[in-house]
Amino acid sequence: MSDLTLDAPPRGFTLGQFLICLRGIMWREALRFVHQRERFVSALVRPLVWLFIFAAGFRQILGVSIIPPYETYVLYEVYVTPGLIAMIQLFNGMQSSLSMVYDREMGNMRMLLVSPFPRWFLLVSKLLASTTVSILQVAAFMIVAWLWGVDLPPWSFLTVLPALVLCGLMLGSLGMLLSSMIKQLENFAGVMNFVIFPMFFASSALYPLWLVQQSSPVVYFICRLNPFTYAVELIRFSLYGKLDFLSLAVVASATTVFTIGAILAYDPARGLLVRRGGGAP
Amino acid sequence: MNIMSAETRVAAFPPALAVDGVSHAYGPRRVLDKVSLTVPQGQFTAVLGLNGAGKTTLLSLITRLFDTQSGSISVLGHRIDRAPGEALRRLGVVFQARTLDLDLSVMDNLLFHAALHGIGGREARRRGMAALADVGMAERAKDKARNLSGGQMRRVEIARSLLHGPSLLVLDEPTVGLDIASKQAIVTHVRSLVRDRGVGVLWTTHILDEIEPSDQILVLHLGKSLARGVVSDVVAASGKDSLRAAFAALTEAP
Repeated sequence: MSDLTLDAPPRGFTLGQFLICLRGIMWREALRFVHQRERFVSALVRPLVWLFIFAAGFRQILGVSIIPPYETYVLYEVYVTPGLIAMIQLFNGMQSSLSMVYDREMGNMRMLLVSPFPRWFLLVSKLLASTTVSILQVAAFMIVAWLWGVDLPPWSFLTVLPALVLCGLMLGSLGMLLSSMIKQLENFAGVMNFVIFPMFFASSALYPLWLVQQSSPVVYFICRLNPFTYAVELIRFSLYGKLDFLSLAVVASATTVFTIGAILAYDPARGLLVRRGGGAP
Repeated sequence: MNIMSAETRVAAFPPALAVDGVSHAYGPRRVLDKVSLTVPQGQFTAVLGLNGAGKTTLLSLITRLFDTQSGSISVLGHRIDRAPGEALRRLGVVFQARTLDLDLSVMDNLLFHAALHGIGGREARRRGMAALADVGMAERAKDKARNLSGGQMRRVEIARSLLHGPSLLVLDEPTVGLDIASKQAIVTHVRSLVRDRGVGVLWTTHILDEIEPSDQILVLHLGKSLARGVVSDVVAASGKDSLRAAFAALTEAP
């Protein structure tokens, strides 16, 4: 028999051990992503369908006036690209939520939660892993969009990177919070109807808000309350090397609230998983 | 002559697991009622109970999937609610449900677990191979987990649970759904861990054949602890002639 039983381990963890744990969680997420090729393909095809078909149709009927950050008239494809980038991150966040519900049903989630590292650290590591995957998807989309003729500044991926990290964390933490509220995998369809579609359509992703305001002040008000609108605008401005402070503040605040909510939801003492009773996570 | 006081002995050799007066409820439904249990180091302890007895909830509390609502749980003297990190790093667990990531290879599953305990690089791989060799699965290290049989998956899960060198191993009905040969292999291996490595084992089951006369047992029924002690003592106290008869008498409806 091998010598796996060791002397008593030292108390606490070193910084190096925290990094090993973080790397392990990111590595597993990356491996799963690589193994699930369909997930990557569908993540890429979804926004491309919007770009190739929807944007082509709307180019002639939807006028985009000169609004910041644009300094001239832009084609509809250019306008919609930040919204589609945010859409990739939105779907990825919800996909992570789905995968957490699946992991919980299959039991894999328990192995994460019985790790001796602090639970907040494990959940934040999982968020970082999911955000990294979403940024890889965005990078692939931006390359195809550029080949399609969408005119973006050559350094735009670098300037948008911090915004992608923040938006990825916001949408990932929202997905994590939702995953704690979903009892079964079958209930996930509700997330599509009640979270993804309303968030995406009631935002500035597909049309400027001044157009929405002209049509319906109520919908405009809803769009202004939607944190996804600010994620789209943060990405839009960042693509051109500009910073929209209001969007940054809203996205940072929403990220903080959702992350704290998710950590509390998975807290063994106070979490929603405990309160609703029944099986373990 | 080195004379050690009782307090010093307890501090120097705390039990692998001490559960003291633990109660738990899901809303108004009480599922555990003042349950106490001790697993000494190097001892095999079984929790016997029918379905719905509260075994899985007890394990969820020991592994801190939920926090204790009342009472206390300590692993090697570390309270699970006050020092969860210290307690969990000394604990290995095999859940009743399969917890391997089916899309990953056997070795990748072990490396992921090692990372969750702060063990990385060559050390993680060395331990992974050693743990797999112990359960006779080294040659399957590169195979996808989904290609293993139920018994093989269980053996890999046991190997994984030992990767970080825990002093306490907790197994929730580990032989459910396995054929006789796989069951026997797993029971034999876990008992060898107790004997050769001094690991304390907590084993929940409703299969009485897995229990030996020298084992400590706790009979749990509808969340209540009905009997506790060495098998022979529990059988004698019940006035029956076998563990099966004693268990039936203890758990039959009034």
